[in-house]
Amino acid sequence: MIPAAFEYAVPRSLEDAVAVLADCEAGTAAILAGGMSLLPTMKLRLAAPALLVDIGRLRELAGISRASGRLRIGALTTHAELLAAPELAEWRVFAETAGVLGDPQVRNRGTFGGSLAQAHPAADWPAVFLALRGVACLRGSRGERSVRSEDFFTGVLTTAIAEGEILTHVTFPAGDGRSGAAYSKMRQQASGMALAGVAARITLDTAGRIEESTVGVTGIGGAPFRARSIEQRLSGLLPTPSILEESCADVPEADPTNDLHADADYRRQLLRVHATRALTRALERARSAIP
Amino acid sequence: MNISLRVNGRPVEAVVEPRLLLVHFLRERLRLTGTHIGCDTSQCGACTVHLDGRAVKSCTVLAVQADGCDITTIEGLAAEGELHPLQAAFQEQHALQCGFCTPGMIMASLELLGRAIVPDDREIRAALEGNRCRCTGYQNIVAAVRTACERS
Repeated sequence: MIPAAFEYAVPRSLEDAVAVLADCEAGTAAILAGGMSLLPTMKLRLAAPALLVDIGRLRELAGISRASGRLRIGALTTHAELLAAPELAEWRVFAETAGVLGDPQVRNRGTFGGSLAQAHPAADWPAVFLALRGVACLRGSRGERSVRSEDFFTGVLTTAIAEGEILTHVTFPAGDGRSGAAYSKMRQQASGMALAGVAARITLDTAGRIEESTVGVTGIGGAPFRARSIEQRLSGLLPTPSILEESCADVPEADPTNDLHADADYRRQLLRVHATRALTRALERARSAIP
Repeated sequence: MNISLRVNGRPVEAVVEPRLLLVHFLRERLRLTGTHIGCDTSQCGACTVHLDGRAVKSCTVLAVQADGCDITTIEGLAAEGELHPLQAAFQEQHALQCGFCTPGMIMASLELLGRAIVPDDREIRAALEGNRCRCTGYQNIVAAVRTACERS
């Protein structure tokens, strides 16, 4: 399979890339990072952009750093880099998620920012981005702006990234010594994508009660979403295994897809199971983070 | 578009259409047909080559993305006509039947070699998750990779 013909631009800097996009007619250009989702789509001719803007060489968009209590992950950081990043040791959820995503060759090329920007309804990183309450930083011809994870996914394959904008990096709160996060997923056997994927973060107070929890869900149907019903039920509780399980019994904000891979009831069941597992591991990690 | 890269240590310059896939560039322009096209949808791993030292599926990389990069294909492994340890181990352990998946299996396994700790079978299987063998030869493939890792 061969993609439809396109023009190819290799901007030398982020400013160049923004300028190239600003000169394009709306809807004609696509941004190429690792290409692990875009190129297969183009080979199937489901996408045929007139211009491909290859930002894959802009090293300023890659790498992990820390500043003022927050972790910063460049959009071009690959899944393989996240699998082995010592800077992210306090959030084991990154290695855990990277390890169940795609396969080694895909992890070597595919990028964190590309996964978020594509917003595939069964991609893994959106759930982690939601659970860690990340902030996406976007750059366009009118400057920079930030979008909170809860406002980022606006529909299937749709995000708050506007025409001409580039996702440059994402920030998260660094570990605080009383929080833990985990990701639990049921892989669709052929594609490896999530039939259900749940990322959970738990922060404990000094008495060991749940001060705050956030639960990000992917794969179930529609856009990735926060399971706020679970978060509200857990608030202030002294967690036990049965409390965690009961909190996941019903998630009314889920609108599960019915398709040949799984019917809606099965997806609802997967959501219960994987939410419980993610919360259980997040709790263990929060407890072990306390000095 | 002009590209210049190194393939198996040899400098290569070419003029290519941006939509040319790396696997087609290697096979049809450079006649390096050891890299196979299986599924053509980044599932099967038969087209695996190394790009700057990391295994990638060359059916899902544009030739223009490899501009300035170092590519290693299966043809680049045997030095001076002597089989690479992985190639020798695949032969010894009968790790191939039809052989179609073999170049990709070897190029994917290459990342496991040279580590301080010999990977266990679970790690080897995980490393080969992106590669399919349809002769059902995984058992011997894992044995071959383990053998090569033990020797390296």
